[in-house]
Amino acid sequence: MAAGGGGELQLLGCWYSPYAIRARVALGLKGLSYEYIEEDLFSKSDLLLRSNPVHRKVPVLIHGGRPVCESLVVVQYVDDAWAAPPHLLPADAHARATARFWAAYIDDKFFQPWRALFRSTTDEQRAEAFKDVLPQVEVLEQAFMECSQGKAFFGGNAIGLVDIALGGFLAWFKAVDQVSGTCLLDEARFPGLAAWAERFMGVDAVRDAMPDDRRLLEHYRGFLAKLASPAAPAGYSS
Amino acid sequence: MAGEQQQPETELVLLDFWVSPFGQRCRIALAEKGLPYEYSEQDLLGAKSDLLLRSNPVHKKVPVLLHAGRPVCESLAILAYLDEAFPDAAGPALLPSAADPYARARARFWAAYSDRVYEAGTRLWKLKGGEARAKLQARAEIVEVLGNLDAELGEKEFFGGEVFGLVDVALVPFVPWLPSYERYGEFSVEETAPRLAAWARRCAERESVARSLHPPEKVDEFITLLKKVYGIE
Repeated sequence: MAAGGGGELQLLGCWYSPYAIRARVALGLKGLSYEYIEEDLFSKSDLLLRSNPVHRKVPVLIHGGRPVCESLVVVQYVDDAWAAPPHLLPADAHARATARFWAAYIDDKFFQPWRALFRSTTDEQRAEAFKDVLPQVEVLEQAFMECSQGKAFFGGNAIGLVDIALGGFLAWFKAVDQVSGTCLLDEARFPGLAAWAERFMGVDAVRDAMPDDRRLLEHYRGFLAKLASPAAPAGYSS
Repeated sequence: MAGEQQQPETELVLLDFWVSPFGQRCRIALAEKGLPYEYSEQDLLGAKSDLLLRSNPVHKKVPVLLHAGRPVCESLAILAYLDEAFPDAAGPALLPSAADPYARARARFWAAYSDRVYEAGTRLWKLKGGEARAKLQARAEIVEVLGNLDAELGEKEFFGGEVFGLVDVALVPFVPWLPSYERYGEFSVEETAPRLAAWARRCAERESVARSLHPPEKVDEFITLLKKVYGIE
């Protein structure tokens, strides 16, 4: 596909990893062809362990044999290496810093409380965890209003880093909502985010990267069952 | 450079706290780039200033860089911002050039990874006496992290090769904390990461680093103070 050079592309991913989904969205938006390699996270391939010896996690983008690790690093790499539009980061230095700030917020501040909700196996745990994550969603609603400036995405008219960072979780939000009977991106409370989520999911490159809803729900129910059982293994690393 | 006369439209103010390694990243970068700025010490142990709360309402933390009044938060975002907003500043850019996206990706990866030194190290001194297993985990983690950094540095002068770059600036402020971590964690940086130890000594010779960092004794005093404040052991 587009310039970028440097040889062929491989993506080590996992169909249900929100972080791998981020990488797939970025590659899709740039119209790039790549070999997708599905990893079994409970039995990691030699290629994955060699390519990401530090974290041993997906996604890993291998370009001309050279690995790029960490989803947000991968997204920025894709933007740097294939400079033609769409641009995943804005041109203005301050806007770029703002995008990086919110992407970091999503991973550092939003994720932990949401993870507690995701890992809840009882109604009491769910209620508690849901209460704890709402303030973070409120912050993100405000962030959306500020960043979008009335346009469709955090990145403005086109999808950007923050859209991808948060959007990678949308299929999971849906699965968790279904099981817990909650609505994380509630239209009444968070109208900006609710509308943004629908727009984001409507984009072709996003749809192609997302797991099948029913398959993910089944997978999630299986995960919760294992978590709730006394012999539960460590499960997903964060 | 701190305190030099500035033009209002390019005015730089750094909201910071004397011992913050994240703030020191910014001080070192500003010094390397020869950029004048006003250093504004924040009272983090008392009541936070209106300016800090307004500039970083989300985290209420330092460092915050104000550029012509507009805040930039998160130390690594500030470092990238300094490169991008001041392309004509002194010295080479902290990040590799746009012509080498792979080198940029590596720099971003390792700069973010350097935070793990502080995270694991903090657990070492924050854990109470009875949490032996958690302490062993923190020790294992910091030893692994330092080993990985040592391997990544390899035989290079700096993480940036010949350039004192993003990863070097991101990591060097944790150096004065290492002797305290060594004591709490009962390990040795010289043994675990000898090349990193030599790198630390090289970096200490740079003026920007020497002027921005505090001696390990001062850092250790601060840790002792925090332990009292948190009621640890």
